[in-house]
Amino acid sequence: MGLLYGLIAVGLALIFGLMDVTNFAHGEFLMLAMYLSFFLFAFFAIDPLLSAPLVAAALFVFGAVIYLLIVRFAMRAKANAGMVQIFTTFGLAIVMRGLAQFFFTPDYRSIPQSWLGGKTISVAGIFLPEPQLVGALVSILAFVGLYFFIHRTDFGRAIEATREDPGAVALVGIDKNRVFAFGWGLGAALVGLAGAIMAVFFYIYPDVGASFALIAYVTVALGGFGSVFGAFAGGIIVGLVEAVTALVLPPSLKSVGIYAVYLLVVFIRPRGLFGSM
Amino acid sequence: MDKNFAARRRRDLIIAAGLAGLAALAPLFVKDVYVQNILILTLMYAALSQSWNILSGYCGQISLGHALYFGIGAYTTELLFTKFGVLPWFGMLGGGVIAALIAMGLGYPFFRLRGHYFVIATIVIAEIGLLLFQNWEWAGAAMGITIPIRGDSWLKFQFLRTKLPYFYFALALCCLAWFVTWWLEDSKWGFWWRAVKDNPEAAESLGVVVFNSKMGAAAVSAFLVAIGGAFYAQFLAYIDPESVMGFQFSLLMALPAVLGGIGTLWGPVLGAAILIPMTELTRSYIGGSGRGVDLIVYGTLIVLISLALPQGLVSLFSRAKTKGATR
Repeated sequence: MGLLYGLIAVGLALIFGLMDVTNFAHGEFLMLAMYLSFFLFAFFAIDPLLSAPLVAAALFVFGAVIYLLIVRFAMRAKANAGMVQIFTTFGLAIVMRGLAQFFFTPDYRSIPQSWLGGKTISVAGIFLPEPQLVGALVSILAFVGLYFFIHRTDFGRAIEATREDPGAVALVGIDKNRVFAFGWGLGAALVGLAGAIMAVFFYIYPDVGASFALIAYVTVALGGFGSVFGAFAGGIIVGLVEAVTALVLPPSLKSVGIYAVYLLVVFIRPRGLFGSM
Repeated sequence: MDKNFAARRRRDLIIAAGLAGLAALAPLFVKDVYVQNILILTLMYAALSQSWNILSGYCGQISLGHALYFGIGAYTTELLFTKFGVLPWFGMLGGGVIAALIAMGLGYPFFRLRGHYFVIATIVIAEIGLLLFQNWEWAGAAMGITIPIRGDSWLKFQFLRTKLPYFYFALALCCLAWFVTWWLEDSKWGFWWRAVKDNPEAAESLGVVVFNSKMGAAAVSAFLVAIGGAFYAQFLAYIDPESVMGFQFSLLMALPAVLGGIGTLWGPVLGAAILIPMTELTRSYIGGSGRGVDLIVYGTLIVLISLALPQGLVSLFSRAKTKGATR
């Protein structure tokens, strides 16, 4: 479960953590990906595992378009840019939920049969549910990929440089909007991947994103802004803490543990565990 | 400059008194209960947003967890009333004091945090409060508390047949929050807060005790929001954790101030006057279908206003004025 939180958080780590743009619609991106996965299954009988790259690609386009159409202008605000970003993306989240209700109806949906759904695999005598296992694997791959992308490629460095100083990168010939649109696309594609896998074992409904979004913010902040590795570590910690809390406290209180750990960490280290900002 | 400032403040006070007087007369013309309801909610959100603005607008500490104080105000009042028979008026003050103390207690570790870390911490603490109340059996857990009906009286601040007393209370609360803001704007605290918002290091070096001034702003802000929460509980006669402490309340308190103009005297009132009727009308006229059209319209408007007027609606007025001055 922790790696799944990590997978949702990794896309946000890129948008929120590395580019320093607040995205309150992250949960709604997840919701959209889950619906895409569901409809590809329902209409074309494509298994969510096969359609995951398609969903990720669709989300890439969606994320880049959202950046170019909306977020680009929110970032241009000279006064209280933070609040403008929060409320622009919050408005976007409400619109997406409304659209989902309008087109998909508020009904709960699920993918009844898939290659992974409901199956377990036994590893050294421990039974693990397959979907979660695949989710964990994809999550690790995504983190490693993103880590190398950010630190080893020119484009990754360009993203970080653009956040640091948009004026200076313009001087060396980097187009800020192209870099950030690509970053948003990539962030959305990663959450698309998460959505495609989660569609197998979660109910899908218009408000599904909200419950995961806050945990994703906490995960990114716990690991520290500006650090991919931090978000990965944050995801694992969040998953472990949730499991431990669920043992000690009633299940309805399991998130309290996560929140308490976040507060504890930032009180001791105000920049998160591995944060650079 | 000083003369202009004093003149502007006097003018603001006169305008506010005039508006309050007009608002007080509104019930003479508005007999429709539905419209009265919208007016009450508008005044309440104006008051809440005005209080939020003290900490987040003037002092620059963006809190998205004020639902916590709202809920504490509501719960203190109703628990004291239903369990111990304490009159809501005392519960209201008690809730305000408790909220202010909690705000200061939380401020002690919280105000070391900056930027996103601070904002997320405020969201998280309100979320913890929500979960705890949802699981607190004695306080009604997720079922909430239904306030027993004891007949219409000012003493128990309960009215079934008319909404007018609620209207006047909401108006008074709104005026109080506005007046406190107005008064603080020209006080030592007001200048300190703006200095802390603009540049905490510079303020500190000039002798502003940054930490204390943040604490002061948090306490005033939490106190007023808790009074609003107590009012809301009496108004609805029913509370449950989600309906008084949910995250959407934190956003709904911040939204009018942001749309109207964050850190300004008139922003919250202006924002609430436009936003709340808009919310209620879209909900009741196009929300009936249950298909989310109201959400689409509402969300689109928020996106457009945030993008078009990043400094809020009040910037329209000042822009018109500077144009007039240069001409």
